[in-house]
Amino acid sequence: MNAGSLPRRVWLLYYDGFRSMTVGKTLWAIILVKLFIFFIVMKLLFFPNVLNENFDNDEERADHVRTELLNKGN
Amino acid sequence: MDDLTTVVDWSRWQFALTAIYHWLFVPLTLGLSLMVAVMESIYLKKKSEKWLAATKFWMTLFGINFAIGVATGIILEFEFGTNWSNYSWFVGDIFGAPLAIEGLVAFFIEATFVAVMFFGWGKVSPKFHLVSTWMTWFGASVSALWILVANAWMQYPTGMEFDPAQMRNVMNNFWELFSGVAINKYLHAVFSGWALSGVFVIGVSAWFMYKNRNIPFAVRSIKVGGWIGLIGLLLTMWTGDGSAVEVTKRQPMKLAAMEGLYHGHESAGIVAAGIVNPNKTWNNDEDEYLFDITVPYGLSILAKHDLHAYVPGIADIIQGFTIDENGDTVNTISYAERIRLGKLAHEALREYDTARANQDLVAMAEAESALREYYPFFGYGYFDSVEEAIPPVGLTFTAFRIMVFLGTYFLLYYIVALLAVYSKGAWLEKKRWLQWIAMVSVPLMWVCSEAGWAVAEVGRQPWTVQDLLPTKAAISEIQSGSVILTFWLFAVIFTVLLVAEVSIMLKQVNKRSLTNLEIDNAH
Repeated sequence: MNAGSLPRRVWLLYYDGFRSMTVGKTLWAIILVKLFIFFIVMKLLFFPNVLNENFDNDEERADHVRTELLNKGN
Repeated sequence: MDDLTTVVDWSRWQFALTAIYHWLFVPLTLGLSLMVAVMESIYLKKKSEKWLAATKFWMTLFGINFAIGVATGIILEFEFGTNWSNYSWFVGDIFGAPLAIEGLVAFFIEATFVAVMFFGWGKVSPKFHLVSTWMTWFGASVSALWILVANAWMQYPTGMEFDPAQMRNVMNNFWELFSGVAINKYLHAVFSGWALSGVFVIGVSAWFMYKNRNIPFAVRSIKVGGWIGLIGLLLTMWTGDGSAVEVTKRQPMKLAAMEGLYHGHESAGIVAAGIVNPNKTWNNDEDEYLFDITVPYGLSILAKHDLHAYVPGIADIIQGFTIDENGDTVNTISYAERIRLGKLAHEALREYDTARANQDLVAMAEAESALREYYPFFGYGYFDSVEEAIPPVGLTFTAFRIMVFLGTYFLLYYIVALLAVYSKGAWLEKKRWLQWIAMVSVPLMWVCSEAGWAVAEVGRQPWTVQDLLPTKAAISEIQSGSVILTFWLFAVIFTVLLVAEVSIMLKQVNKRSLTNLEIDNAH
């Protein structure tokens, strides 16, 4: 088997695999819908990364967490 | 303060909900992948088509579970960033490094070899296919390692030092992350996956027998699932014993809560069955239990492998009695004193912050030195009273008993299932009541597994990081309304996923059961 045929074999493995799926097609539909809900709907709308979105650099993030942890200790 | 309490409680419920749902899928992946690999190995050794058919049948169910379960764990990472941002920052690279490794391992090993496992029949050599199946199992098991190492660090933080400038814990010894807590926790979780999957395989196979379809296939499956499940269960018990010893040394308060033990003593018995008294507090004279059936010496053996060992209760621990690293009982620092030292740690951090703003290097060094001295008690500084450091005793106690009771039941289940399937009279094939028990026991195995996590996670409350960061300090400054909304959104989404998994599995099982599973007819 020459090296040049490897990418083609890998491609065919996936191509034929997806084409011949039966229950797998339903599962892939579920996976894609799930990933859309998780990453597009939930992540973007409801789960911002609080520190990354509100602060520009690590120093500001550290300052914020320091303030938070000290205030909560009062 | 009310809103903070609401946000903390709802965030905890949300994390618990998502973790519980995630764990519905994970153990089946861990165990079923092993059983499929074993079946394919037998097929390759015997060159027998019936084993190929069995391999493909269980591989299909593995695939359904894998597909529905994949990425459900990512939700937990969303919650770290949104609900628990103080925690996420505070734990720094210690939590990040294992999770990053897990992401890479999961992607490269699992994604690659799962594809070969499902698409590679007839396209790659049989031996390479077998290697891919084993690598799928290996990849899933290694992924779990990193998650559980990170979880174990929260229960027993080690291998790091706190940097007040960065406000995070910085890893200074990677290998210390693989503590006794981590190793026991990892093995306990993985082996429990084998035990759970064995019950699943036996339950599904019993349904084949009940319907009188493909009996030889069902017998073959029960033999593989039964042996692997039984070995898994025994190893789960063994590592559970190891975990109990670690908990005794590292989290004695959790052990006391598991047992509902307020006042310790030597030769301590373990409550086999009982109800804790909800009116009992650490400093009143009420009885510990409303009723109890106690096995003499049981707790001393569990905690320290010593018939006559002293095991401290909640009141003793609050007063300073604990178990040191060598397993010896020592009187160290009371919880009241820990709270005082924790507040000194906060004060040192405040002084460090002021000195840093003034660029006073001498004052910074002094404050950092004081902080280093008091840092082991940092988390206690958030408490106003010692009661805040006590986990929910009733829930921890009950979850522990559910886990142990069902674990013992499943030991009996495996023994009976294997005896019945190997018996000359072929009991399991003939006795419908045995088949019924095998089937209805399947969901109980999930209850057992989830109860184990409840013990581990409820029992360590109020800490997100043991002794260093309680939940009320770990929480982000967010609105309770958004947490409540997303809690219910997740409840709906995960329930839909669970219903989808169960219905697709049932449909596949029924469909395949009508085919001849003595030959390879799967496509």
